[in-house]
Amino acid sequence: MHAANDAGDSASSSIALELSGVTHRFGAKRALDDVSFRVAAGSFTALLGANGAGKSTLFALATRLFDCATGSISVFGRDLKRHPGAALSRLGVVFQDTTLDLDLSVVQNLRYAAALHGIGRHDAEAGIERGLARFGMSDRRHEKARRLNGGHRRRVEIIRALMHQPALLLLDEPTVGLDVPTRRQLVEQVHRLSRDDGVAVLWATHLVDEIEGPNDRIVLLREGRVAEQGSVAEVLAAAGVDELGALFAPSAG
Amino acid sequence: MGWLICLCAIIGRELLRFLNQPTRLVSALVRPLLWLLVFATGFRAALGIAIAPPYQTYITYSIYVLPGLVGMVQLFNATQSSLSMVYDREMGSMRVLLTSPLPRWYLIICKLLAGIAVSLVQVYAFLAVAWLCGDDAPPLGYLTVLPALIANGLLLGALGLLLSSLIRQLENFAGVMNFVVFPMFFLSTALYPLWKIREGSALVADICAANPFTYGVELIRFALYGQIDPVATLVVLGCGGLLLAAAIIGYSPSRGLVRRKAA
Repeated sequence: MHAANDAGDSASSSIALELSGVTHRFGAKRALDDVSFRVAAGSFTALLGANGAGKSTLFALATRLFDCATGSISVFGRDLKRHPGAALSRLGVVFQDTTLDLDLSVVQNLRYAAALHGIGRHDAEAGIERGLARFGMSDRRHEKARRLNGGHRRRVEIIRALMHQPALLLLDEPTVGLDVPTRRQLVEQVHRLSRDDGVAVLWATHLVDEIEGPNDRIVLLREGRVAEQGSVAEVLAAAGVDELGALFAPSAG
Repeated sequence: MGWLICLCAIIGRELLRFLNQPTRLVSALVRPLLWLLVFATGFRAALGIAIAPPYQTYITYSIYVLPGLVGMVQLFNATQSSLSMVYDREMGSMRVLLTSPLPRWYLIICKLLAGIAVSLVQVYAFLAVAWLCGDDAPPLGYLTVLPALIANGLLLGALGLLLSSLIRQLENFAGVMNFVVFPMFFLSTALYPLWKIREGSALVADICAANPFTYGVELIRFALYGQIDPVATLVVLGCGGLLLAAAIIGYSPSRGLVRRKAA
């Protein structure tokens, strides 16, 4: 998979996603507080945080469902507010809730998503075949989304997010509700995307076993603030703990 | 080219969803047909319609009420589209649309056009059944009414979009039916001519005259007879444009329809 729809700035091409001083409130509640971090091109970054830490708000802002009140977000150097088209064309997203149209078939859902990115039928078909084959879903192309199990729906959503060949993939707790083997498969498949195809991945989760190895980077979000960030080893050292599970201890309650 | 592909996909999806649910077409037809075949039949003897433009002769009540029922089909379709937007927002599928790189205003217009396309299918199906029942319009009228249907679809669809951007939960939709849809339909010239209403109450007639849906119905009525009502055209397009602008603001990322849902 090649990872670019427009040229982007060469100077910023090494940074897939950059949040700078992002603060956002819902009424009196501060959901995100001065959040700043970067996701490097081709890297796998886990956005770790307990429920309510602000992960979904961050995703809503990073996909421009709404604008952040303070701070800036850019995708490959393109500011999301000033150049939303250029920024959004380079990112794919899998939201926490299933967002497939359940009354449409797998292939109809994928064609629709491709068209929303301006991809014509011919090119879309090629992408659909490639994606379905890659995620082992070719035999389910005509099945209604409603009839798919949770794991298969998630796979279709990932294929859909990749239809326009984005260079950055955002996934908001994509393994919620899945059994352990399916979860592992999905984590492995997305890691492979990052490793083999150079797609930058921001994977929001509260499950530390979804972080595969020392090359994964971590952004730990706690009560709307970035508590730690860096490689696994750096974060463990900074937090003074031996295992990732211990990172949740302060906010576990 | 990409913009056109996107527009075709959004319209295609709405039509596909509509065709996948045959009960939706049936229910869209049953309501106006009940009015036409039961209500209008009962009123035929009681209510005489004097000669008034665009009619050049005395007409039966069922012929009078036909454009109003066409308007009703479009009004309820717009309500259904609006409901579907709120549902999509609650279920999350709206996010797929809104993360398209195309401008938000364009996506909203695409949704509006898709709703209009579905309403046209419903209207022509209704007109076909009405024709079979003997309540017909001049043959050319079925063609000349098309621009009026698109304009009225714009007015009502834009209203539906605006409402969907304001409504927080699906449960609030009952209020829309009671406080927007029913008053809009009954306080219009869909069922009675304005002069007839004025005989009963000047106040109600004034309210009807201030209701944009009245002008939508009159636009359709004149267009069915190959005529243009300039005032109705201006009101429908003007109000439709204003409502569309308000809906686009309602869905703007800086204001944020999903803002309330995202935490």
